[in-house]
Order: sequence, then C-alpha cells, then structure tokens
Amino acid sequence: MAKVHVTTTINGEPTEFLCEPQQSLLDALRNNLGLTGTKEGCGTGDCGACSITLDGRLTCSCLVLAVEADGHSIGTIEGMAQGDKLHPLQRKFLEMAALQCGICTPGVLIAARALLEKNPNPTETEVRFGLAGNLCRCTGYDKIVRAVMDTAAEMRETAS
Amino acid sequence: MNVITPTENKWIGARTVRPDGADKVTGRAAYAADTTMPGMIWGKVLRSPHAHAIIKSIDTSKAEALPGVKAVVTAKDIVDFPVDKSVMLGIQDMRWMCRNVMAREKALFHGHPIAAVAATTEATAAEACKLIEVEYEVLPHVIEIEDAIKPDAPILHDFLKHEGKPSNIAGTMVAKLGDIEQGFAEADVVIERTFRTRPVHQGYIEPQACTVSYAPDGRATIWSSSQGQFMVRAMTSLLTGVPQSNIRAIPAEIGGGFGAKTIIYLEPVALLLSKKSGRPVKMVMSRDEVMRATGPTSGSFSTVKIGAKKDGTIVAAQGTFYLQAGCLPGSPLRGPVGCSFAPYAIPHVLSVGYDVVSNRSKVAAYRAPGAPLGAYATECVLDELAEKLGIDPLELRHRNSAKTGMKAAYGATFNQVTFEETIEAIQNHEHYKSPLEKNPRPGIKRGRGVASGFWYNAGGESSAQVNLTEDGNVVVTTGHPDVGGSRASIANVTAELLGVEHDRVSVIIGDTASIGFSNLTGGSRVTFASAMVVTQSVEKVIGQLKERAAKIWKIDPEAVIYENGACRPAGPNAGQFPPLALKDLAAKANETGGPIGAGVQLNTQGADPGFATHVVDVEVDVDLGIVRVLRYTAAQDVGRALHPSYVEGQIQGGVVQGIGWALSEEYLYDRQGRLDNANFLDYRMPVCSDVPMIEAVVLEIPNPRHPQGVKGVGEAPIVPPLAAIANAVYDALGRRFYSLPMSPPKVTEVMDMKLAAE
Ligand code: FES
Ligand code: FES
Repeated sequence: MAKVHVTTTINGEPTEFLCEPQQSLLDALRNNLGLTGTKEGCGTGDCGACSITLDGRLTCSCLVLAVEADGHSIGTIEGMAQGDKLHPLQRKFLEMAALQCGICTPGVLIAARALLEKNPNPTETEVRFGLAGNLCRCTGYDKIVRAVMDTAAEMRETAS
Repeated sequence: MNVITPTENKWIGARTVRPDGADKVTGRAAYAADTTMPGMIWGKVLRSPHAHAIIKSIDTSKAEALPGVKAVVTAKDIVDFPVDKSVMLGIQDMRWMCRNVMAREKALFHGHPIAAVAATTEATAAEACKLIEVEYEVLPHVIEIEDAIKPDAPILHDFLKHEGKPSNIAGTMVAKLGDIEQGFAEADVVIERTFRTRPVHQGYIEPQACTVSYAPDGRATIWSSSQGQFMVRAMTSLLTGVPQSNIRAIPAEIGGGFGAKTIIYLEPVALLLSKKSGRPVKMVMSRDEVMRATGPTSGSFSTVKIGAKKDGTIVAAQGTFYLQAGCLPGSPLRGPVGCSFAPYAIPHVLSVGYDVVSNRSKVAAYRAPGAPLGAYATECVLDELAEKLGIDPLELRHRNSAKTGMKAAYGATFNQVTFEETIEAIQNHEHYKSPLEKNPRPGIKRGRGVASGFWYNAGGESSAQVNLTEDGNVVVTTGHPDVGGSRASIANVTAELLGVEHDRVSVIIGDTASIGFSNLTGGSRVTFASAMVVTQSVEKVIGQLKERAAKIWKIDPEAVIYENGACRPAGPNAGQFPPLALKDLAAKANETGGPIGAGVQLNTQGADPGFATHVVDVEVDVDLGIVRVLRYTAAQDVGRALHPSYVEGQIQGGVVQGIGWALSEEYLYDRQGRLDNANFLDYRMPVCSDVPMIEAVVLEIPNPRHPQGVKGVGEAPIVPPLAAIANAVYDALGRRFYSLPMSPPKVTEVMDMKLAAE
C-alpha cells in the first residue's frame, strides 16, 4: 500500500514523515521517527505507557492512527525538558525516587504534566484519579503521587 | 570484614539521585524494544490455537514463498534435550526450556510457539505465520489442579510418573521436623482449612523483546531485557548450539521483571532467524502474547493444619500444597514448603508440595516464588487459631517466633531471626493502636488484618570492577541488571568507602564480554551480593592508592592510611607529608605504576532471611462486593538500607502487587482452554486510584556477615498481603474467604450465602 505523507509539529519542531495507513501514531513515533521515549506496554489503551499530548490533550498514542496526526501538534517525553533544564516533575521524580524500572515513567510524566496544567492544586485523590490510566507495576504509586503533589506545590510557589 | 555502623556514614543511607535517573525521565534510556540495527528485520511467532494437541506435521513452504520473508524456524532448529535426561542450568531444566521455547512433540497450551518467521516488516512476518500449515490432532485438555490430579485426567506427559503410574504430578518436595502425629496428639486446638489461589501474572509493563545479530563469522550479539545477561547467554547457547564464547549478551534497561525475566522465550528463536536470514532480527511480544504465553506464577490448592496448646504454644503444623506448574514441570514448591512455617518455632512440621502440570503456559518466577500462597493459607489459619484461643493475632505470632540458632523445617539453621522485631514494630505503630470504626455508613463495613511473611534471601555469584579515571573519578561495573535502583545503592557504597562525592561515581552494568559472571537479579540477592564484591574491589583499590602514595613519599605502604578520600601518613613516625587525594593519585597513576583499578569475582555467602509483618485496614461495600484498602503499614527487617527510597519502593511495590493478587488479579480460561483475559483491561492490576499510600517501616538490624549489613528486600513484602487482606475482610464481614481473589462477584456471592444462612 502506498505510504501516506503526514505533516505535524513534534515538540515544537515542524516534522514530516511517511507512514503506512494502518500504523499507529505510537508505532510511527518509535519506528519511523526514532522517538523511542514513548513506550508500548499494551497497544490497547490500557496502560498509559504510550501517553503523549495531541494539541495539548493527553492521549494514548497507541489508539491514534499516525495519519490522524496530520495538521496537529504532538508533545512527547523527549520535549519535556527545556535544553538541559529538566521539567520540575522530572526533577522531583528523581529526587523522590518516583521510578524504579522506569518503563512507565515517560507516560506518567506526560500524564502528570497534563493534570497539573488543568489543576495546579490537586488533592491526593485527584492525583490518583488523574494518573489512573497509567499502570506502574514497580512503585505501588506511593512515591509517584507524592512527587506529583510536591511538584504542584513547588510550581504554585514559583508562580506566585 | 569491617562492618560500617550507620552513624559514620555520609552516603550509605542517603537518598541520592540514581545514576541512571536522568536518562529514564527524559526518554533516553534504551529498553529492549528500543534497539535497532542497520538492515534489521522483524520476527513473529506462530502460536498454537489448541490447548493440547499432537503436532503431526508443519508445512512452511507457503510462508517461505511470501515476498519479504527471509527465514522460518521450527522446533527442528532448536537443540533437542531428550526427556529422559535432565540438563540443568541453575534451577531450569533444559528438557523443559527447549519445549517451552518451541513446541516439540505436542502443543501443550493455547499460545504455545509452533514456528517463527522473520520478514522485512512486522506485518509481513505476521501474514507469513498465517500461511504456515500445521496438522494437529487435538487432545482433551485439563486446566485446573483438581481436574489434573483426577485418576482419569488427560495426561500431558507419558514419561512423568507418580507412584509408578503416568501422572500430571511431576514432582514432590517435603520438609519435615519432629513427628507430626505426636505433635497433633499434644495439641488442645487443631484447625485445618483448604485454600485456593489463582495464577497471577508478574505484570511488568515492558513486554519481552530482543534484537539479535548473528554475523557471518558465527558471532552473535543479543540486546534484550532480562534479569541476567549471563542467563541469556547460557540458555541461548544451550538451545541454539552456538558456543557461549561466540555470544555477547548486552543487557538493555529492563522494564520490570519481578522474576519472570529469569528465563527466556525469544532470544534463541531470534538468533536462529538471524542466522538463517543473515540479517539482524528484532522480536517484540504483544501484551496478548505476554499474558497468554509467558509464565505467570502458580495457582494453588493447599491444606494447612495447625495445632496449639491452650496457652497458644503451637505444637504441630502440616501443609499440603498443590501448585500449578503450567504445561511443563517446575512449580516453585520451595516457596510454600519452606517458607510457610519458617518464622515459627514449631517442634513438629510436615510440609509437602506437589508440582502439577496442566495445559497452561509454563510458570515463571514471581517475587518470593510460591511463598505468598503458602503464607496465605498459614497466616489465615493462624488468625482463626488466635480467635479460637482468644489471643491477639500478633501476640500469638510473637509467642511462637523462631529463635536465632533454631533449625527450620526446610533444613537451615538460622543465624539471625528478627521476626519478633517486625511484629513489635507493628504492635507499637500508631496504625495498629488507632481505633477503626467498623460500621461507618450503612452498607459499608471495615476491618483490620495482620499477617507475617518470610523469605530466604540469597547470595551467589557476583562480579565487579572498580576503576579510577585519569581525571580522578570512579567507574564501577557490575554484572546485574538493575530492576529497581541497585545502581543507586552501589554508587552510595562506593562514594562512602572511597570518601568521594557521590556525583564522582558512575555505575554501569556490563555485558557478558565486559564483566565476570554474575548470577541472576532475583531472590533479593543483588544488593547483598554486589555490595559485597564492590566493597572488596574498593578495598583493593584503596590498597593500590596506599602503595602509590607510599612510593611517592618513599615510605612503607603499611605506614599509609586512607581516610576521607586521601592517603595520609599513618602517624608522626611515618613522616610529615600533605595528604594525597584520590584525584592526585589518579593523575599520577602512570608514573607510579600504571592504571588504578581492581575487580573481584565471588560466590557470595552469608545471606540472612527477611521477615515482614503487615497490618491493613479494608472497607467493604457489601452490596457491590468491592473491597478497598484504606490503610497499609508494612514492617520489614532489611539489614541495612543502602538507599532508603529504593528500599521503601520495593516494599510499596511488593505490597501493591499483593493487593492485586488478593483482590482482583486472576487468570480466567474458557472451555476450550483459552485464556479469556489476556489484556490489561480484563486482567485487573491495581491502578493508582485503587490504593492508598503504603507506609514502609524499614527496620535495620545489620547482617553481621555482610560488610554493610545488607540482608535483601524485594521478595518478603509480597508474602504477607494476601493473608493480611483476607484477615481484614474477615474482620469486616465475619465471613472468611478460602479462595482468591476476593473480587466483587465472589464477595457478593459469599455475602448472599451469608444472608441466606441467617
Ligand atoms: S501502549 Fe498505549 S495504552 Fe498501553
Ligand atoms: S517504575 Fe516500573 S512500571 Fe513504573
């Protein structure tokens, strides 16, 4: 089948690529564009390892066709740090050991950032429901939830 | 060995940022599926559509003719290990491994690999799999233990005999102490109950994956995600016939394993596909394949009987544990048989395990393999016993705790028993002392439960190399994949011992060609073993630094001490010299005798067991049957927490896996013997909103036989939760569950039965 030409913006960079019509956006990011920071845990929308933002909205990239990204803007884990400056969530995750194996981490970070953009002052319950789409089998979620809440507090402080 | 006491430490016990952290939060870290090679093609596996069938013929000609297909392999290409002669690699029998990697005489479960194809695209490889023609003779299948041990059950393997007859019981294990009959005769109270648990999957988020390149000179390179690159090398070598010296296994970052990645599925297949096609081959399992065809842990069917005197002294304990092995022998019998009664001083013990095969995927290790299901039975019976005797359940455990120097039924004599300390930690904890409102709202009931657990911990082979860089920093190489922060612990130890800042130490994991043999990451052994070999390597490096300083000062090396990152004269008699820091000595290394660095390879000894005691509060919605964990506190003796955050993380992660096992996770099969819930939606692991914070109470009672006092942490936390939660649900409902998971349908069913009875 003929490949399809897709024009997008990825992490702020205008990006064009060719893909098969049936390819998922996750597959295209990883295998066509080399952006392997986004992970595949299930391919069926159940684990959140593939989380990205599509025009700022939190999305499972395994549930989107690559061709559907045409004309849209994509945010992946590779675009989360600004140059050598980590995003506050990334820094807190390291300081508070909110990752063990790290396979869920890119997806969790993208989901946490989307949560804090919508709700800068979440309760523990709101964090837990905000991240309920991201499976982590290693940490038991404790340190993830704490790191997100701590980051939120810190970001509120710097903003005020 | 010098034991370092906590007070003197700057880095040991510090919550440092892990060496591999930045790569993991920025998406840079390369996991197995992230590797690519020039010219790489894709491999796919054809799997059996039947739960049990004789493979009469396989015709791959149509698949091979499909454009884009570069190679096809079947069991003919895998080295055969005849069933009559056992060939062991660690605890794995290659007779079973070769049949697990590719079905040989029979397909033994739905999803069993039958053949594999490599093609230029993943889609072409998948399409080619459909063109392979397999003639099957379908046989009756058997899934559940109770069915598999019936006299007329379909037999999976004629060559397996139990009591002289072909049987699905593949093996037994016995642990014995005293005289069990006499023990029960002495008891005033005896309680005997039967329990069932379902197989549960380790649930690592990263599916198995590998990329293998077999070059024309016969040398192969494997990038894969595993709990041991040396295991990958050895097993691939055995199954393909390529000598170990021609295989370099490179450990990718591992996205969770929990025991499951101590065996392999894809690597030998990918190697053979690469060899046949002349191209590097990448294989990645789908989640469906992971659930269907990799090993969960055993389901079980157990009977536990415990007898005690009126004063609460336990006099006899008997356990019979039937475990599902899956389609080939190898249940973790050592878990329930050895661990269940180990924390207790019981004079008369008989513990028997049966390894039962059935038409399911072969089990793989899962965190404290087998111990949680044994503890589930034992710790629930203890709860009933406590109630019957009118003794507090923790008090009953405390009174019967094993003691240092005692011999356990599984054979070992304990060097150090710290079980009582874990019980006391919970008894004295605010959680246990706080009141719990049992009926907060109509239709809602709350309860509290406790349980304890035991795990052996382990030592074994480890290697390390510690080198100083020319600019005076430190590079440590070990041979163990880091599943949850072991690099962070090793960096802390190295910085401490060398007296340098933590950020001057890098820790990397070597491949099979760059570091000496190191056994699997598993059994809670890695921090224990690698800290030991790293300590000894650092001691050698310090010896070299002293020699170099002595040479510069022209004094005897004996007259030099190393302290706070620098060599100094031992005393006024040694001479007056300004200190020579590690950095200065590294810069002068070439003039003083060459590069500075040392390695140690050791079969480490001296592991001490881990004890844990947990308390949990649950809330049950009686109408919906939903059990929620409200509060959880887990106390465990870890010996020494080299990096407390990752120690707590192990405990928290293990507990939440235990919560899933107790409440929601199970393998469900249909009538054709096909797994019905091979995905993360229907196989329900705990998500963030299902659980509360998990408080880890970390006790540090040093292991005197380890330089830093380490015992091990990862396994023990998953042992108590099943029983602790079951006991809490009993406390809430006044109704005991003898099978897991306590999922909403089961809870409502039991509550309906209770209503009907009332
Ligand atoms: S890979 Fe997309 S949700 Fe799991
Ligand atoms: S850290 Fe391993 S899955 Fe989250």
